[in-house]
Amino acid sequence: MNVFLMYKDRDFDVQAPLPWNAKELGQDLELQTLLGAMSGDDKLVLEVCRRALLISETDVQAIVYRQRVLDDCLRHPQVIRELYGLGHEAIERRRKCSYGIFGRYPSAILSGAIELLQVFSDLLRRLRGIAERNGATFTSEGFTSLFATLKRELSDEYLALVAAQISELRLRSGALVSERLGDGNKAVDQVLRRPKKRSGLLTRLREGPQPSFSFRIADRDEGGARALGEMRDRGINPVANALAQSADHIVSFFAMLRVELAFYIGCLNLHEKFSGKGLPVCFPDPVEADKRTHVFTGLYDACLALTLEGGVVGNNGQADGKDLFIITGANQGGKSTFLRSIGLAQLMTQCGMYVAAERFRANICHGVFTHYRREEDASMKSGKFDEELSRMSVIVDHISRSSLVLFNESFSATNEREGSEIARQIVAALLDRGIKVLFVTHMYELAHGFHDHGAAGAIFLRAERQSDGTRTFKLTEGEPLPTSFGRDLYERIFEVAQEAR
Amino acid sequence: MCSILFRETPEAGPVLTAEDPPCYRDLYLDQVVDAAMAGKKEYDLRPFFGTLLRDPDDVLYRQEVFRDLEAPFLFTSVKSFEGKMRSMRQRRAFAEKLDYRYEKKRWLLEAIDAYCAGASGLARDLGRAETHSRGFSAFRDHLDTYVQSEGFRIMQADARKLREDLAGIRVTLLIDGPRVKVRRYNGENDHVSEVERTFAKFRHDAQKSYLVEFQTWGNLNHVDAMVLECVARLFPEIFSRLDDFCDRNSGFTDPTIVTFDREVQFYVSYLELLSLLRREGLPFCYPRVSPTGREISSRQGFDLALARKMVIENAPVVPNDFFLRGDDRVIVVTGPNQGGKTTFARTFGQLHILAALGCPVPGEEAQLLLVDRVHAHFGKEEQIAELRGKLEDDLVRIHDILGQATSRSIVIMNEIFTSTTIQDALFLSRSIVEKALERDALVVLVTFLNELATMNRHTVSMVAAVDAHNPLVRTFKVVRGPADGLAYALTLAARHRLSYQDITERVRT
Repeated sequence: MNVFLMYKDRDFDVQAPLPWNAKELGQDLELQTLLGAMSGDDKLVLEVCRRALLISETDVQAIVYRQRVLDDCLRHPQVIRELYGLGHEAIERRRKCSYGIFGRYPSAILSGAIELLQVFSDLLRRLRGIAERNGATFTSEGFTSLFATLKRELSDEYLALVAAQISELRLRSGALVSERLGDGNKAVDQVLRRPKKRSGLLTRLREGPQPSFSFRIADRDEGGARALGEMRDRGINPVANALAQSADHIVSFFAMLRVELAFYIGCLNLHEKFSGKGLPVCFPDPVEADKRTHVFTGLYDACLALTLEGGVVGNNGQADGKDLFIITGANQGGKSTFLRSIGLAQLMTQCGMYVAAERFRANICHGVFTHYRREEDASMKSGKFDEELSRMSVIVDHISRSSLVLFNESFSATNEREGSEIARQIVAALLDRGIKVLFVTHMYELAHGFHDHGAAGAIFLRAERQSDGTRTFKLTEGEPLPTSFGRDLYERIFEVAQEAR
Repeated sequence: MCSILFRETPEAGPVLTAEDPPCYRDLYLDQVVDAAMAGKKEYDLRPFFGTLLRDPDDVLYRQEVFRDLEAPFLFTSVKSFEGKMRSMRQRRAFAEKLDYRYEKKRWLLEAIDAYCAGASGLARDLGRAETHSRGFSAFRDHLDTYVQSEGFRIMQADARKLREDLAGIRVTLLIDGPRVKVRRYNGENDHVSEVERTFAKFRHDAQKSYLVEFQTWGNLNHVDAMVLECVARLFPEIFSRLDDFCDRNSGFTDPTIVTFDREVQFYVSYLELLSLLRREGLPFCYPRVSPTGREISSRQGFDLALARKMVIENAPVVPNDFFLRGDDRVIVVTGPNQGGKTTFARTFGQLHILAALGCPVPGEEAQLLLVDRVHAHFGKEEQIAELRGKLEDDLVRIHDILGQATSRSIVIMNEIFTSTTIQDALFLSRSIVEKALERDALVVLVTFLNELATMNRHTVSMVAAVDAHNPLVRTFKVVRGPADGLAYALTLAARHRLSYQDITERVRT
């Protein structure tokens, strides 16, 4: 029995390794904020959502499959939370059952497994009930198929069979154990047997008398009683194992149900937060990786929106066939925010989520990479540039065609001429290898160079500034200007200081 | 009685040293011996690894056996024999400690079975193996006669039949409270498959096992013994045969076979040590040895102890060549620290000791002196304090060494006299070398004193080489050449822009 809510044909792997740059991505895109809003206190939701976000899907069909399941979830949040609760209950029951921890005696394992299976029978019956009540109102392929499976596999007949087997294994009239002689004539291969039904008179006459020899342990012989108990346990061992494993199989089914629902629970939680703030979200339109497109309306930074009280500024863009974005302009003008909104939207798209925009269409990327200037180690200027280059080198080790690289003020730990030249060569090489690049930079030489000699695949965005110097935090298309606006920032800060005085 | 280790053994057995010779520690041969003996404590191999052979024909006798054992077929056969003999000993020892009669007898039966399998298996394999050594030839003759004797054949056949019959016994126990009823098994079904079928639909991937590990060895408790007595009554014919078999075969081993089992471990343990290194492409060869020869050479030899360590750490092993001819008696090794000088000196000593044990030695080819002893004196660079006492100790020790040295000895001195003045060190070193030459011993002298390299016509200068392009890279190569520490120092200076020219350019007038 499979859950298959994350993929059409396989389980979601909670052990799957995260991409090597998970830490950098998390830091640069501030995923903690997003994941915090999705998970609240639920560590499972956190873990599953983190993996789903970081391990991007690259198949359009797989993404759409999840979008449909998520759409069902958004329309029936109560049913989803009830199912999730059922999974949780099964796990808790298993956790409280002692045999996993004190499992040294097969007889204890056997009786523990029997109790657990009785509880699970009830949970399975309830699970089937949910499927029966809601089967008709869910439309996604994922849920339709899950509910059908539950109804088919968990029939009354099946649950009765389980009850009968459990009852026989209570061994009310003694344990019949077979064995052979092993090393040193010590008994081996002990197996619990089902006693034969008493045979008819004719058979007994034909087979002749079956010789048997008996003994009885003395009442005070505690050592003997223990030894006899162990003999019995050795016989029970295989069936206790089989039954406990069966209980585990059921637990793992519930666990998988819970894991796969955890992602959608995270999406539900986040959706409630956005709705509460009146922020729009939409299902994105993913396009095959070999296309180049980025078209969006009202795209905003989901993380910033979650932390701000007021509204946020959304950006529009129309970049079909473009593979290079050069973003320049005023400090604190929304460049980094825009870069993050692009990165987040890409990750959210590729895990099947909605995105923070009114409309979003983008081609799928084979890996999102960030190369941000790091503030630490400011004292060691030469070491810092060296560090930037070595990080770039690691990225190059991992990058491939149709990857997306977000540069934020990279290679500026040296003079502008050197930095620009190195950046120019790197970017040109990446574009040549079919990689999409977004580059936020102050380096006029770099930006201007691409503008003057750039290919048709480049688009130039600028952080806006009104004529009075105030910022709109909105980016507009425009060629790079030779200076940044640090002076504004400087003046504002110093004016504030003067006023305070 | 024939021996696989000794060409001729006196009536009282070979004369062996109980402890490693003193040089083993400095040469790291103690590590080699310990590694070879690891897991083989029961054979007490240390005397074999500590006793040098005196006669070249004794060395040849072992080299022949080694060469035979290099064939995988024979080696595997001997390993299999080793395993059988080990089980035999374990089972026999176990049986001796037990009380319940049918438990004890079953273990004795198993011990005899292992022994029979070991002896007859080895006899069969030796019949098929191609051997050329005198050692294996003599042992094969003995073993063939033994396994074809009537006594052995009957013992083996009886053991086999008894084991089959015991293995075929199957009973059921009905355990109900304190009562147990034992019967022959009558085809009753088990529960497991049914349970697995019912829950198969939930089966997902590999699951944790809840099988409790029961002790599968160890002796019977009194309840087990009661069950076993019931079983013996259910199958009386088989158990009376077991009684009879054990009465007849109490002392079942042959002394020559037992001795072979121990002695052959000398070869097996050393070859196992080599196999790890051979897998990495390191060569080993059979040296020609002579008790008088002064023509000595080794191609691509290396330090066996260091090589083991390097292979484990996945680091490269650097081999070196050496040769002595004509009047050459003293190798003076100079060069930068950590450049492989001490390793070279160890290699020289190790090769000679290993050759005198009859073992294959590191390298592609070797011709060596069959030594009576290797005297090693390795100074410790750290101990610069206590100048007087240390120097005195050194001299006393070296005096002792020289008193024992013969024309079949090798004297290795590594960084001695580091705690005195250069003039003193030169004088002392020269004097000591003269003394050693008087005794016609071979000397390896590792030193930082370049002057010693050209002491007299008996000295050969070898240096630890550095990479010509990057003096920081140590090559660990030690080659014949003039002692000239300056080449290294100059290149290192240039790299730091401290050469004469650098400094004149950097310092502005």
